[in-house]
Amino acid sequence: MAEPAVLERPTGWAGRVITLAARQRELTLAGLIVVLAALVALQAPQLLSSSNLAQVTAQASIIGIAAVGQTLVILTRNVDLSVESTIGLVAFVVAEVLAQRMLEPAAAIAFGVGLGLVLGVANGVLVALLNVPSIVATLGTLSIYRGIDFLLAGGKQVTLTDLPPGYTDAARATVVGIPLFFLVAVAIIAAFAVILRQTTFGRQLYAVGSNPEAAAILGIRSRLIVFVAFALCGMLAGVAGVLWGIEFGTINATAATGVVLQVVAACVVGGVNIFGGSGTVVGAGLGALFLGFISNALILLRLSQFWLQAIYGIVILVAVSIDALVTRRLARSTTVRRSFVGAAAAGRARR
Amino acid sequence: MTDVLAGPALAGSAAAPRLALRGVSKRFGATQALDDVSLELRAGEVHALVGENGAGKSTLVKILAGVYQPDSGTVHLDGRSVEITSPGLARNLGIAVVHQEPRLFPDLTVAENVFLGHTPTGRLGSVDWGAMRRATVDRLRELDVRLDPGAQVRGLSMADQQLIEIVKALTLDARVLILDEPTASLSVHEVDRLFAIVRRLRDRGVAVLFVSHRLDEVFDLCDRATVFRDGRLVATEATAELTTADLIRHMVGRAVELFPRGEHPVGDVVLEVEDLSRAGVFDGITFSVRAGEIVGLAGLVGAGRTEVARVLFGIDRPDRGVIRIGGAPVEFGSPAAAMRGGIAYVPEDRHQDGLVLDFPIAANVSLPILSRLFRGWFLRPATERALADEYARELQVRMRGVDQLVAALSGGNQQKVVLAKWLATKPRVLILDEPTRGIDIGAKVEVHRIVSELAASGLAIILISSDLPEVLAMSDRILVLHEGRLTAEIARAEATEERVMYAATGQDRGGALPLAGSAHG
Amino acid sequence: MTAAVARLARWEILLGLVLLALLGVGQAMSAVFLTPRNVANLTAALIEVAIMALPLALIVIAGEIDLSVESMVGLACALLGFLWAAGVPLEAGIPIVLVVGALGGLLNGVLVTGFGLPSLVVTIGTLALFRGLALVVLGPQGVSGFPDAFTTFGFGTVPGTPIPWPALVFLPLAVILGVVLHATWIGRQIYAVGKNASAARFSGVRVLRLKLALFVLSGTIAALAGVILTARFASARADVGQGMTLTVVTVVLLGGVNIFGGRGTIPGVVLAALTLAVLGNVLRLGNVSAEIQSIAIGALLVVSVVIPNLAHQVQALYRRVRGGRHLPAGAVGTG
Repeated sequence: MAEPAVLERPTGWAGRVITLAARQRELTLAGLIVVLAALVALQAPQLLSSSNLAQVTAQASIIGIAAVGQTLVILTRNVDLSVESTIGLVAFVVAEVLAQRMLEPAAAIAFGVGLGLVLGVANGVLVALLNVPSIVATLGTLSIYRGIDFLLAGGKQVTLTDLPPGYTDAARATVVGIPLFFLVAVAIIAAFAVILRQTTFGRQLYAVGSNPEAAAILGIRSRLIVFVAFALCGMLAGVAGVLWGIEFGTINATAATGVVLQVVAACVVGGVNIFGGSGTVVGAGLGALFLGFISNALILLRLSQFWLQAIYGIVILVAVSIDALVTRRLARSTTVRRSFVGAAAAGRARR
Repeated sequence: MTDVLAGPALAGSAAAPRLALRGVSKRFGATQALDDVSLELRAGEVHALVGENGAGKSTLVKILAGVYQPDSGTVHLDGRSVEITSPGLARNLGIAVVHQEPRLFPDLTVAENVFLGHTPTGRLGSVDWGAMRRATVDRLRELDVRLDPGAQVRGLSMADQQLIEIVKALTLDARVLILDEPTASLSVHEVDRLFAIVRRLRDRGVAVLFVSHRLDEVFDLCDRATVFRDGRLVATEATAELTTADLIRHMVGRAVELFPRGEHPVGDVVLEVEDLSRAGVFDGITFSVRAGEIVGLAGLVGAGRTEVARVLFGIDRPDRGVIRIGGAPVEFGSPAAAMRGGIAYVPEDRHQDGLVLDFPIAANVSLPILSRLFRGWFLRPATERALADEYARELQVRMRGVDQLVAALSGGNQQKVVLAKWLATKPRVLILDEPTRGIDIGAKVEVHRIVSELAASGLAIILISSDLPEVLAMSDRILVLHEGRLTAEIARAEATEERVMYAATGQDRGGALPLAGSAHG
Repeated sequence: MTAAVARLARWEILLGLVLLALLGVGQAMSAVFLTPRNVANLTAALIEVAIMALPLALIVIAGEIDLSVESMVGLACALLGFLWAAGVPLEAGIPIVLVVGALGGLLNGVLVTGFGLPSLVVTIGTLALFRGLALVVLGPQGVSGFPDAFTTFGFGTVPGTPIPWPALVFLPLAVILGVVLHATWIGRQIYAVGKNASAARFSGVRVLRLKLALFVLSGTIAALAGVILTARFASARADVGQGMTLTVVTVVLLGGVNIFGGRGTIPGVVLAALTLAVLGNVLRLGNVSAEIQSIAIGALLVVSVVIPNLAHQVQALYRRVRGGRHLPAGAVGTG
């Protein structure tokens, strides 16, 4: 056997392939998006038209921004089901204050983002402070936030004509030919990629999700980390809500109903491990883009839009199954390497 | 990053030992885990800590790691008295513990695991990945370890994960390195690599405490050895002046009150096991148990005893081999199937696997036989109570009644409920895994009496125990496992603690007969 | 178990008192509140939710969760409409729908027990999948024109009584599942699995098979609820049942079922369903729209977990002050 290069990792080829695939999840997904787009474009060249791309990226950007927030929460082994209600509520409130001319557009946008933050903080309090399991807490707030939305809207809707002239133009605005929404999403993803990778908070977020016991031994304050993750998730849902309002113009109390499934699907297809501790915001963003192109492909190929929801479900199930298999496989390769004496503990871990 | 070699903390002083324990005691309920222990650890030595399971080694490690506080006594570091109140403080004091099971973050990289908790940051407080990587590369190179600092920890071998723990200790400029059974899960080659690294650290002045079951390693690596027995320090001597025989003599010889068990007749073979193997766990196990016989299964923790029991009880599947009950070959795919085959298993971890603590006694006793007891599907509380009451009385469970929650009982009485539950299944083979662990002396003697009576009534019993006097007193025959293989089968009349311990630690010694099964693999 | 019984009894008594208070408020607000007709309305409004809450209670007691039930309602409804529109008589259509419900539950169960995936994520996935299939089957259109006998079953009452027909599905089901949970050894095994799955397994309980069966039951009952809903609305649409999961989970947790498994009773769940139905009715009398009622439901859901949690924390704090053990370090939820 040839002498391995210095620092070569002494694992089998299978381990290397799996690790490579896992590490290159973003690249794999990006490749998949290109292939999908190319295949569809062969049948429907209008996919590549700038107006179509603008539309695809606008919606993918909104989902992607919400998915960034969801990623933060999932990394800590939690989930936030309330994002769609936050998006809907923020979209309506911003539209309403604009329609009533209560605030200038810039102030209204800031207000919307702040409202999202407040809603996220409420989730954080329930989960991190009051120990309510995140699924229960956010299922509750999913309905509470939506209820508030109905309370405020009372059955009416804000239409395009109520809004300040030019406000919704931002939806189709471009900067050097690139759609504005897309740039916003890329900026947010980049910012959070840096936060997750380069700050102590970011690394602790991964640590808490990866091994809570070991994190506690290191003195990491898990509760605080979980709280901040929920707060940021709410804030980013607020951003998504503002963009939603700009994109659709006409907003009623049911805006963004059912969107949480797309957001979760974007995360898991982007490689964010539902068991916590692993995944990137870039992956989640690409996941949103991937789902956006699938949706667009259905339209362009004149296939039934109704498959979309089913596809989201399948995507979630397949991605989660793959993640679980890979995780288990890697864990097993560790276990089998042990000789006899470690087996007691290994047996316990298998249980 | 200061160099490990140059750190001022490592300049050992000749006067004071690097680490000293003076009169340290620790008690858990009825158990005196550590009793007035005084121990010195010098800079630049590798100090072995040996003793039977439960001798108090891990309690000592946990006190030094800041997990437990001693009830009395003091700890001194370089002559200064210290109170290690948390794992974080232990780290800051320069005491690094490498556990048998590394506590790493599987999703993070090698370098990050090394540095988490004291991550190097650059401008604006951002994580300095370059510095982290370079420092890790340096440390790995110093130790001559080939590991990619950018590799994800999930999927690395136990050996590599332990090395990461050691590298982590190095970056903290650890003055005291505690290795808690580090070789337990390593191959021969990996052990050699680890030892080379430990020697290098020793030469740099690190004080190393090496906890191990493997006596050959103690002689191979360590300068001095301390033997614990029943929470007491029995001896500290230079290994050069010790023999294996001395060590074993120090380790054994506990004075324990036991239930006296006389000779009695045994019946036909009930359980036969032939060439039973499970990859990486145990190999080529062959033995049989007769009706009315108690067969002791001795060995160190992790020798594969519980794993054999798990296969017999249908929890894990064997890779090879045959199990026969009453002469007929059986294959168990689940505990339910094993139960139907007449096997009962009193598990090692009473709270996790043995009992539903939040259930009353009656519901625990009836749990394995619900479908048999209530053929019409409907529970009949009176029937259930009567059954539980019968067994609880027979085993003299001290309780207010069978409606009492199991959680409210003492450890010994809880264990009797586990026994009652399995006796209610009317088994032919009863496997007891550490049946007296953590229960008080009185209850222990009672459990021994019960087990003895059960054998006399014709049950075939396998007794797994780390308590040597118990195994010797109770068993008609003793099988000794070492690293997944049977290394000895000793008849009651010939069994001594020394002989069992020799076989359990894998020492060759006349009298402990090598078995046919050990030729495999 | 006396302590546990006492605790649950307290919870159920509390719930009973809340129910009585709500009835009093309702009566004060409207003279017709307790008339047979209004009682019939009151029960009909929440009957499907109550039906679905029964199997879900068993699943949660066994330590799992099923969020996909609302989409199974939609799928059942859409499929029934599709089959009817295609000329399949209801005598054949309804059994087919129930079988599909069982298969959907089987899919959940296999993914959870066979693949070892967390039920939370699996059922979020099938929440999307089943709804998607409903849309694929029926598309945006609605199907109506069901036979009178069928729709009468949906919104009619048993002649001479104020009892709506669907209540005749709910009551026997509640009794059967209540008896199974509280009076048979299967129920005992469900509690054992929820309290300590490992000890249950070591005691010969077929944990995975039991969980699988519960998911199949949940899927089937959800499909049944979908059929009832179709009858009550006299039409089939693919978007039926959206948001129902929230109410179903709320009923289960409000009924005293512990989200971490091992605790809860069917009488508690029935009581919670009644409470929620009466609350909805009272709110409607106060001119609060259905959408806004969801605030109350969501708040109830959260509160029904927060209150026992807080009580537990206070207890733990009290023990710690008295020199007991440390509180668990991690604040990481189970989500």
